[in-house]
Amino acid sequence: MAFRRSVLGLVAATAALLAPGIAPAQTLKAVMHSDVKIVDPIWTTAYIVRNHGYMIYDTLFALDGQGEVKPQMVDTYTMSPDNLAYTFTLRDGLKWHDGKPVTAEDCVASIKRWGARDSLGQKLMTFVEGMSTDDAKRFTVKLKSPTGLLLFGLAKPSSNVPFMMPKRVAETDPNQQISDFTGSGPFVMKTDEWKPGDRIVYTKFKDYKPRPEPASGLAGGKVVKVDRVEWLAISDQQQAVNALLAGEIDLIEQPAYDLIPLLKSDSSVKLVDYNPLGLQYAMRPNHLIKPFDNPKVRQALTYALNQTDFLQAVVGDPDYYKTCKALFVCGSPLATDKGMDGLLESNFAKSKQLLKEAGYDGTPIVLLHSTDLQTLTNLGPVAKQLLEKGGFKVDMQSSDWQTVVSRRVRKDPADKGGWNLMNTSWVSADILNPVMSSFMNMSCDKAPFGWPCDAEMEKLRDDFAREVDPAKQKALAEAVQMRWREVVPYVHLGQFYIPIAARKNVTGILTAAAPVFWNVEKTK
Amino acid sequence: MSAEPTLLAPAVAAPLPLGRTLAARLLRNPVVALGAGFLLLMALVGALAPVLGTLDPTAINPATRNRPPGFERTIRAEDGTTTTYRHRMGTDSLGRDVYSRVLYGARISLLIAVSVAALSLAIGLLLGLVAGYIRPLDGPIMRLMDGLMAIPGILLAIAVVSLFRAGLPAVIAAIVVPEIPRVVRLVRSIVLSVREEPYVEAAIMAGTRLPLLMARHILPNTVAPLIVQGTFIAASAILVEAVLSFLGIGIPPETPSWGNIMAEGRNLFRVYPHNILYPGIFLGLTVLAVNMLGDGLRDTLDPKMTGR
Amino acid sequence: MLGYVLRRLLAAIPVLAIVAVLVFLMLRLTPGDPAAVIAGDNASSEQIAQVRSKLGLDQPLPAQFAIWIGNLATGNLGESFFFKKSIGELILGRIEPTLSLAAATMLIAVCLAIPLGVVAAYRHGSWLDRIVMGVSVLGFSVPVFVIGYLLIYIFAITLGWFPVQGYQPLSGGLGGYLHRLVLPSLTLSVVYIALIARMTRASVLEVLNEDYIRTARAKGQVERKILFRHALKNAAVPIVTVVGIGIALLIGGVVVTESVFAIPGLGRLTVDAVLARDYPTIQALILMFSGVYVLINLLIDLTYSLFDPRIRH
Repeated sequence: MAFRRSVLGLVAATAALLAPGIAPAQTLKAVMHSDVKIVDPIWTTAYIVRNHGYMIYDTLFALDGQGEVKPQMVDTYTMSPDNLAYTFTLRDGLKWHDGKPVTAEDCVASIKRWGARDSLGQKLMTFVEGMSTDDAKRFTVKLKSPTGLLLFGLAKPSSNVPFMMPKRVAETDPNQQISDFTGSGPFVMKTDEWKPGDRIVYTKFKDYKPRPEPASGLAGGKVVKVDRVEWLAISDQQQAVNALLAGEIDLIEQPAYDLIPLLKSDSSVKLVDYNPLGLQYAMRPNHLIKPFDNPKVRQALTYALNQTDFLQAVVGDPDYYKTCKALFVCGSPLATDKGMDGLLESNFAKSKQLLKEAGYDGTPIVLLHSTDLQTLTNLGPVAKQLLEKGGFKVDMQSSDWQTVVSRRVRKDPADKGGWNLMNTSWVSADILNPVMSSFMNMSCDKAPFGWPCDAEMEKLRDDFAREVDPAKQKALAEAVQMRWREVVPYVHLGQFYIPIAARKNVTGILTAAAPVFWNVEKTK
Repeated sequence: MSAEPTLLAPAVAAPLPLGRTLAARLLRNPVVALGAGFLLLMALVGALAPVLGTLDPTAINPATRNRPPGFERTIRAEDGTTTTYRHRMGTDSLGRDVYSRVLYGARISLLIAVSVAALSLAIGLLLGLVAGYIRPLDGPIMRLMDGLMAIPGILLAIAVVSLFRAGLPAVIAAIVVPEIPRVVRLVRSIVLSVREEPYVEAAIMAGTRLPLLMARHILPNTVAPLIVQGTFIAASAILVEAVLSFLGIGIPPETPSWGNIMAEGRNLFRVYPHNILYPGIFLGLTVLAVNMLGDGLRDTLDPKMTGR
Repeated sequence: MLGYVLRRLLAAIPVLAIVAVLVFLMLRLTPGDPAAVIAGDNASSEQIAQVRSKLGLDQPLPAQFAIWIGNLATGNLGESFFFKKSIGELILGRIEPTLSLAAATMLIAVCLAIPLGVVAAYRHGSWLDRIVMGVSVLGFSVPVFVIGYLLIYIFAITLGWFPVQGYQPLSGGLGGYLHRLVLPSLTLSVVYIALIARMTRASVLEVLNEDYIRTARAKGQVERKILFRHALKNAAVPIVTVVGIGIALLIGGVVVTESVFAIPGLGRLTVDAVLARDYPTIQALILMFSGVYVLINLLIDLTYSLFDPRIRH
C-alpha cells in the first residue's frame, strides 16, 4: 500500500515536472445510489435522474439553506398590484451548453412541459391563466387567482424539479423522453462517454456564469471547483465502501448503514450529513380493494404499527433516524403532532378491536416486498410481524423492485396479480406540504397507485394551494392531519438520514435537499 | 459454475451390479462412506432443527441486530418469566438467530438438492427414452434440447425465476430446466447403444413388448450413470441456488436457505463475517460431501472408470 | 472439411431459431411490465398504456415476433427500451471487458490445471495426488462470490496488491489493464482449475495404462517425454472438450464476477436488462450467447482432428 502510494506520488511529481504551470485535471469519482439509465428529469421522478438534472440543468428559482425561495436564473421579478401577474427577467450571460443564449421562450416551454407532468405543477397550472414572452429575456405568468404556489413551484427542490431546457427540447411531448441533453447548468454531460451500467461523465461548463452570492442550499453561486465528475456504477455496496477506503473513488452518496462502522473507524474518510430533513418511510394501502377499502381497517394499521421497529431494523444507528409523527416532516415549518396521539404505538388490542368492528374476515393481506433495494428490504419482515400481532394475516410476496413497480399500478384483486400493501420512501423535500405530498392526493382515479378517494381531503388541499398566509397554512396542515387520521391515505414509518461518505480531502459538500456537485472541492 | 461436474459422467456404463455385494463395496469405499455419513448428519440436523435449541428462524428482533456469535439475549415470555438465550452464531441484520436459520436452512438447501436432482432425472429419463426409442420424436426433442442447452444456464434460470412468483417452486424449476438437456442426451445415448446389443436385438426379434423391454434391458443400464449424474446435479443445485440469491432472485429471505442467508449477509462480510461464514461452512461441506459421494459412486459403479 | 464446417453452420440455424422462439415466449410470459418500469414511479395507468403502445407491446405476440425477426434478418438488433441506444452499440461497448475476463480466466485455468492434473496422474495415489484432487473438489464446492470476497479481502484490502474493483480498458495502458484483471479472473478460474485438473488427471491416467506407453517405457524413453509427448497428446481430446464446454459455461460465472468487481461487461448488462425487463436487449444477448456456444462446439469438434488424426470429418 505504502509502496504503491509512493510510486503514485513519484509519477505525479514527474508529471508535474514535465508540465510546469498546468494544474492536473481534477476528477471526482462518485458512486451514486443507482445507475443513470433514464435521462429525462421531467419524465421520471426517480431521484437519480433528479440528481443528474442538477448537474446539467439550471432552475429559475431555488430554495436556499434556510428553505427560502431565492432567484437563480432569474435576475429580478415583479408582481402586479393584484398579485395576479408575475414578470420575470433572466440574468445576463446565461448560455446553453451549445453556446446559444437562454431565452424567455425556452423558459416558458420548459415550465409548460413540467406543468404537464409534475403533480405540483399540474395543480399550479390550474391557477395559470396564461404565459407570454415580453422580450428575449422577460416573460410574464398571469394567474386566475392568487397563489403562493407559483414561486414555490418554480423553486421545487425535488422530483420533479422544474429544470430549464432549450425550447426545441422542452417541446418534446411530455409523455415521451427527451433525447437531447443540452442544458444550461454548471456541468456538461459527456454523451460520448456515457455507458449505462458503467458510468456517466460530466465536465465543467466553461461558460457558466454563477450568481455572485455564496452557495447556500440549492441557491446562490454554483461555482464548479473540479474539472470532471464521474458517477460510477458499483452495485455491490461493500465493494463501494472498499473502493472508497482504498482511495479508488472519492465519494459514496448512500453508503449502506451496516457498513458505516467501517467508515467511522477509518481516518481517511468522513461522513457528511448533507440533507437535514432526511427521508420518510411510507406504507401505502390499496384503497380500491378489500380489506383496505374500509377506513376502519386502514385505521387499524395506524394502531398496529410503530416507527421504532422499522427504523431500528433498516437503519440501526440512532444517529441516523428519528421517530416523527408529523406528516409534513419534523424540522419543517408545518411540523405538528396534532391528531397523532395514540397512533403508531403498536397498540395491538386497539388494532384487533378495529378489525373486528370492520368485519375483517382474515383473508391474507398481500404485502409487496422488494428484496434488492437495500433501504427497503428490511421493511417487509417488520411490517409482517407487527401486522400479524395486530390481528392481520399477511402474505408477504417478495420480488425485485422493478416487479413491485409494475405490479403496484395494477387495480386487480390481490389474488389476481394486484396488491394490498407496499412500502416505499420519500425524500422529505417532496412531502413538505399537503399539495406536494403525492400520497396525500386523494382524488380517486387521478391519485397515484393506491387510488385513495376523499372529497373532503381534496378540498383541504385546494384551500391550502390558495392560501398565502403562513399561519393559516399551518392551520390547514393541521386540519389535513386530522382528516388523515380518519381516512388514512398512507402511514408514515419514520424519518431517516443517509450521510454522504467521502474521502477526507473532499470538501465543500452543500447542505441541500439533493446531493449537488458544485462548490465541491478536492484538496491535496 | 453450474453443471460442469456432470459432464464427467460416463456416457455409457455397464448394467448395475446387483445385490448386497454392491452395498458392501460402496461402503468399503471410504470416500463414499464419508460423503454419505455427512449427508445423513445434515439431513438429521435439518429434520431435528426444532429440538436442537433453536428459535423461530423468521422471528425478527430489531433491537438486537448484527450481534456477534455468543451474544446473550434475555427473552421475556408472555407469562412474564425470562430466559436467557445464547445466539451461538450471532444475529443477522434483522436480529434473527443465525444458528436457527442455518439449521432450518439445511431443510431447504437439501430439499432443493434432492428435488432438483430427482426432477431433472425423471424428466430427462422420460424424454431421453422417448427420443431414443420413438424415432419420429427424436429429431424434435433433440433440437429443443440443443436450443435449451445453447442458452447459458444461469440466464435461463434467471428468466424462469422471473416467470413465476419468486419462491421455492420457481427456484427449483429454474435450476431443473437447464439440467434437463444433459440428462436427456445421456439417456438417449445409452438407449441407442443398448439397442444395438445382440441380446436386446434378440429380445426385440422374439417379440418382447416395449414395457418389458424397457424394464428388463434398457432401464437397468441407465441406473448407474443416472445416479452418478444425479449426485453432481444435486451438488450444483445447492451452489446455483446460492448464486440466484446473490443476484437477488432466489428464495425469499423469510424462508432461510444457506444460499440466501449468505447472500443477505454478503454486504456485511467485513463487519459481521458470521453472517456468511457459518452458512458458508455448512454449504461448502455439504457440496463437498455430495461431490465425494458422486466420485465414489462413479468409481464403484462404473468398471471402466475404476482403478483411478 | 470445408463441407463439414458448412453443414455444421447450417445445422446451427434451427438451434438458434429454437432459442429465439424460447426466449421470446419466455419474456412475454413473465409478469413484469417494461412499460410500467419505463413510465417511472408515479405514472398513471394511461401513461403506462401510452408507453406500451409506443414500444409496440400492445400488438399481438405473433406480430411482435415477426417484427423482431424481420429486423434481425436485416441485421438490426433494435433499440434498448431503457438505454436509448441501439443494442448493437450497447453490446459492442461491453464486449472487451467480458472477453478479457474470459480469456484471462481460461489462460490461468489451463496453465495451472493441466500441469497439476498431469502430475497428479503421474504420481497417482500419492499425497500430492490426494491434495490436488481434494483441493479441486473444494474448488467447486464454494460459491464464486465467496471466493471473490475472500480474494479481495486478502489481496486488495489486507495486502493492497491489487485494486478492489473496476476495469480499465486496454486502450488505457497495458499495466493498469492487467493489474485490474488479475483478481476477477483468478476468482473465476478457481472452478475451472478444479474441473480441468480432474479431467486431465483422469484422461492421462487412462492413457498411461495403454500398451504403447508401456512399450515406450520398455524402450527406455525418458519419463518426461513419455508424459508430455505421448500421454498428454493422447489425452487431449477429453481435455479440449472440457475446456471448450468451460468456455461456453463461462457466462454464468461472468455474471457474478462482474457484479462483485464492478466490471462493465456483458454479464452485468444481462442482469441489468433482465431486472429492467428490457426485452430487446435480453433477446439479443441470449441469442448472441447461444450463437457463441454453437460456434465453440464446432471449434471443439474441429480441434479433435488436430489431436487425433483418426477422427475425420
